[in-house]
Order: sequence, then structure tokens, then C-alpha cells
Amino acid sequence: MLQYFQSYLRQPVTPGEAGNYLWATIYVLAVIIGVSLVVLTMNWGERKALAHMQIRLGPMRVGPHGLLQPIADAIKLLIKEDIVPAGADKPVFWLAPVAVVITAWTTLLVVPFGRTHAITDMNIGILFMLGTSSLGVMGIVMAGWSSNSHYPLLGSLRSSAQMVSYEVAMGLTVVSAILMTAMNDSGMYLRHAESANGLAGTLSMIGIVQAQATQGTWFVFKFFPLGLIAFGIFAVAMVAETNRAPFDLPEAESELVAGFHTEYSGFRWSLFMLAEYSGMVAVSSIAVTLWLGGWLRPFATVHGRRIEIPHYWQGGALDFASALLPALLFFGLALACFLAVARMPKLSVFRLQTVGLALFGALLGFVGVVLLAPPVRDRVQDVFWFGAKVAVFMYLYIWYRATFPRYRFDQLMRVGWKVLLPAGLAVLIATAVVGVVL
Amino acid sequence: MSMAVALLAAEAGAGQTMTPVATGFFFYLLSALAIISAILVITRRNPVHCALSLIVTLLSLASLFLMLYAPFVAGVQIMVYAGGIMVLFLFVIMLVNLERALKEEQFNKQWLAGVAVALGLGALFFVVYRNGQNLFPGTPLELPEAQNTQQIGLGLYQNYLLPFEIASLLLLVAIVGAVVMAKKRS
Amino acid sequence: MELTTLHYLVVAAALFIIGTIGVLTRRNVVVILMSIELILNAVNLNLVAFSRLYNGLHGQIFALFIVVDAAAEAAIGLGILIAFFRNRETVNADEIDLLRW
Repeated sequence: MLQYFQSYLRQPVTPGEAGNYLWATIYVLAVIIGVSLVVLTMNWGERKALAHMQIRLGPMRVGPHGLLQPIADAIKLLIKEDIVPAGADKPVFWLAPVAVVITAWTTLLVVPFGRTHAITDMNIGILFMLGTSSLGVMGIVMAGWSSNSHYPLLGSLRSSAQMVSYEVAMGLTVVSAILMTAMNDSGMYLRHAESANGLAGTLSMIGIVQAQATQGTWFVFKFFPLGLIAFGIFAVAMVAETNRAPFDLPEAESELVAGFHTEYSGFRWSLFMLAEYSGMVAVSSIAVTLWLGGWLRPFATVHGRRIEIPHYWQGGALDFASALLPALLFFGLALACFLAVARMPKLSVFRLQTVGLALFGALLGFVGVVLLAPPVRDRVQDVFWFGAKVAVFMYLYIWYRATFPRYRFDQLMRVGWKVLLPAGLAVLIATAVVGVVL
Repeated sequence: MSMAVALLAAEAGAGQTMTPVATGFFFYLLSALAIISAILVITRRNPVHCALSLIVTLLSLASLFLMLYAPFVAGVQIMVYAGGIMVLFLFVIMLVNLERALKEEQFNKQWLAGVAVALGLGALFFVVYRNGQNLFPGTPLELPEAQNTQQIGLGLYQNYLLPFEIASLLLLVAIVGAVVMAKKRS
Repeated sequence: MELTTLHYLVVAAALFIIGTIGVLTRRNVVVILMSIELILNAVNLNLVAFSRLYNGLHGQIFALFIVVDAAAEAAIGLGILIAFFRNRETVNADEIDLLRW
């Protein structure tokens, strides 16, 4: 059994490519559970980070520093009464949250967490991700229409119009990133024969990261500032695509009660929230894969051009130092927990919380120790760097929400069509021309 | 459904040609799904239900395209057809008044003649198949699928450049026409 | 049973017939437009099946053009419908029977 496990871990391809259905199913379950954990963490993290940015404390009661708040929220949502509005179209009302969650999770099918750590690697990977994101719009339209109430209807119309508009700008910048995969180091287009694997350019997610590896640069730094502008346009469009601040007019409380999910209560609303955060993870994964080098570590070219080293212990000193980073990160988190324990009030009512926090810190330290062991350390690198970059994007989402005022709807549509779309076109044309000229 | 897509995507993700697994099962499942939701499209009273059934049909057709080693067409089908055109349909259905339409007769007076004509068309298809049966070789050939998008791109920009440009002009005309016609007259 | 091209053609023919029945029998203009989309999709399936049979990409490129054409036609058809609905408040095909009103 252990040998089967170990022999699987040395495979050079993703389970989908290998046709290994057992491991593909295990990966699917791992991704679903992982994304749900991310949603729980984002729930806590968003409230705490927003609170600290607004010079208040956020949830502090439920667990130590509010760490158990998401669990309390989940229990509350599960035991709430399930209200279906009178006159609502019951099959569509039931189906809408299910459709939104399923399309959000189907998008994660091709996300490359590592060279072999994707569920599968379709050779139309990025097209598939964009397509299933646009299917999510349909679920929102269904939700708004079936609620038989004018706030949800308006909210869903506005939300879907916004998502469709910003999808166009996203698509154009994605095409300019795909163009960059068809070039070699100095920016000339590759002909069919002289490209790495016989193809000039690729749509597959793993292929895009490998193109960044062979070209020795993340696409965000390629043809400076073209890659940066394309990445910036995508970063703005992806915030609008997921209906997050400052583009969250369709679901803001002061505007439309709660937009398209007004009439949904309890578990159905939690499905919408799950879909929204999964969508955030999905578009952040697209941004990380296309521009920020996917699972590649920063400054991967320092020790030479051979970036795709299968085993990290064969690399140089810099590789070894970066291989220790996950363990150091967890040790740092454990240290922060222990410092917080030391600063907890020494009253008897807080004893349970203090002990809980100390145990949490011990758990984090244990995970750090496990990550120091060489077999684990060397295999977790890809997933760690990918996860770290996506976590940066999640934090940026929270930061935007705390910082920017909300766009009014006509301003929102003006930005989408009159600013981002021409900018995306200009970047695409410029990338194409630079690839020929340089 | 998404597990089926996942397993199909596992099939479609092969580097070069790969023997597909359980092709018969998926084909029958997807065809049955497509035909049943197509029947639902034409028989539901509520137009929103018809639109949702059409989305199911389009998605099962996209999976059938994946089985036919056409991943790019499948991706375009999902993105443009299911994600764009059907959202447009749902918008228009929401804007068009429904309550009166729900209480009316939904099949017109000549429905029997319509069904008869369609079945006659089916008989025509059957006769054509019978007469041309030996023109279809038995098993389809294997297409290397890894370079599908690149080959389609080459074909679009080399052999079919003129239709490509005309299609973009067509889209421009459609955009301008739809905006002009749906605008409110001030 | 070995899957041949004929299986896909039968599915495409069935979808075509269902779409034709929809166009000829329904009264709601939006449903008629959706049945037209069904017909176009049946043709797409036919084209892609033949493209696989003859080991060429021409069928798939043709299918792409049909998708583009269907998008343009759906947009225009729904635009006409909205313009009509604004005047007559009905989407019943039996009541859209005058060339001018």
C-alpha cells in the first residue's frame, strides 16, 4: 500500500493525463475539501483583517481571537429556517445555488497546483476555465429571477451584466498572455519546428507555466511594461468578475438589500458564499498561473537556466534555502500563537481559550516540523508556492474591500467597456507587434 | 454531471492519442441527456425552464464534442453558446412579460401538421441513410488531439482567412443591429 | 457495441427533428428561437462527427463559424423581439400576424 502510494508520487504527469481514475477522484476530493477550508479561513481572515484595518478587533469571543467564528457561522447557517418565497419558481429556486457552486468547483478542475498536482491538464485548460466562469453567470440569473421579488431581479440583472462585461476584458488580457507562451527568451515568435515540444504556444495551464519556466521570466515581467499592464487589467477585471469590492454594488447592503441572494436563507445562502469564494480562488489561480509563474519559486533562474528540477535536493543552495520556507512559515505562525498566548489576560474565564490557542500553536509547530522532513519538504514546494501566491491575492481582495469606495453601476459599466476593453485591446496588439519586431 | 465532465476531461487531457475508457457508457448517457433535455425544451410551459433545458443540451453536446476529439469546439461551445447566448436568452425572457404567456395555449393549432412534417423529415433521413449506408466506413480514425487548437488556428488564419474576416464583420453588424433595434426611441 | 460515426449522426438527426417540431408547433417566439438554436447545434454535431471521420479539421472550423453565426442571429432575433414586444405586449406567434400595425 505504501509502495503504491510512493510509486504514484513519482509519476511525471497529472492523474488525469495518466488516466488514473482513482487518483483523479482523490485529487477532486482534496481540491473540494481544500477550497472549503480556504473559504472558512477567508471568512475568519476577512473579518479580522477588515476589523484591524478599521482599528477595531473583529470577532474575539467565539474562540481564541475568534478562530472558531467560521464554525459557529456554519452551524448557525445550517440550523436556520429554510424560507422559500411565495410565488417563487421552486425547481429553479432550488437549482440556482447548486448551479453556481457546481460551476465554481468545475473551474478548479484544471488549476495547476504543481507540475503533476492538477486534477487533469486539458490542452484547452484556460479556455475551459473562462468558459465555466461564464456559466456561473447563468446561475446568478436563475437565482434573481426565481425569487419573485424586485430586489433580487435587479441585483441579478446588474450582477450578470457586470460579469459579462468584465469577462471580455479578461479574455483579451488572457489572449495576450497566451501569445507570450509562443515566444522564446528574447521575444521572437517560435516557429513550429524549433519550439520546445513541437507546439508554438499552448492553452494548457501546465504548459503556460512551463513556458514561463523555459523562457526564464514570469509573464508579468515580460516585455516590461506590457506584461505588467496586462496583469493589472486582469487584476481589476477579476475583482469585478467575482462581484467583490469595489465592484460589489449588486450585493451591497445599502444598495439592493443583498442583491440576487436576498431571498435565500440558511444553507442556500452559504452555498452562494461558497461559490463566491471558490470563484475568487479560481480567478486568482488564473492570474497566478498566467502571469506570476504558477508553482515556480521567485528568482528561479538564479542558479542557472535549468529551472524545472524534479527534485529540489539536486538544486543549489538557493533551492535548499527556499525549500525550508514552508517550515519556517509554519514556525513563524506557531511563534505568533505563542506570543498571543503570553499576552492573553491571566483570568480564569480565559483559561480554556488560552489552552486552545496554545494547542493550536503546538499544532502549527508540529506541521512545521513535518515540513522539515526531506521527503515532505521536497514534494510540497510546488503546492506551497502556488498556495502562497493565491493567498497574497486573497489578502489583496480583503485589502481592496477595506480601502476603496464602491463604484456606482454606471461608473462600473463605463470602466468595463470604455477603459478596460480598449486597454486590453491595446495591450494585445502591442504584445503581438513586439513579438514580431523584437 | 461535473464528475462526468471531470472524467471526460481526464480522457481529453491525453498528450497524444489515448484509448478512451468507457466511451460507450458516456456516449449513451450524454446522448440520452441531450435528447431528453431537447424534448423538455420544446414542451415546457415556462420559457425559463425551456432555456435551462437548452443549457443542459448545450453542455451535453459540448461533452460529445470532447468525445469526438474536438476540444476547442467544445470549449467555444461552453464559453460562447452556453455562457453567452443562453444568458442573452435568459435576460430577454426576464424582460418580456411572462404571466400572460403562461396562461395561454402553448401549442398552436397546426401542431399535428408540424409533427407530421417533422416525422416525414425523419423518414427522409432514414431513406438517405439506407441508400448511402455503405458510404460511411465503420470506425472513425484516430486524431492526435494535443495540437487541436494550434491546427484550428493555422486553418483559420491560412485556409479560411476570408470567412474569418467575414464572420467578424457579421458580428459587428449584429452588434450594431441589436443595439439599434433594442434601444428605446426617445 | 463499437461506436461508429452513425451513432453520432442519429443523435444529431434526433435533435434536428426535435428542433423542427419545436419551430413548427410552439407559439412562444422565444421558444421558437431556442428551437432554432437546437437545429444549429444538431448541425454542429453532424459536422464535428464527420470531421472526426475524415481526419480533417474542416468540419470543426465550419462548426466554429456556425457558432458565431448562431450568436449573431440570436442577438438580432431577440432584438427584434424586444422591439416588437415594446409595441404589442405579446410574444405569441399567432398574434404577430401583421406586417405593420
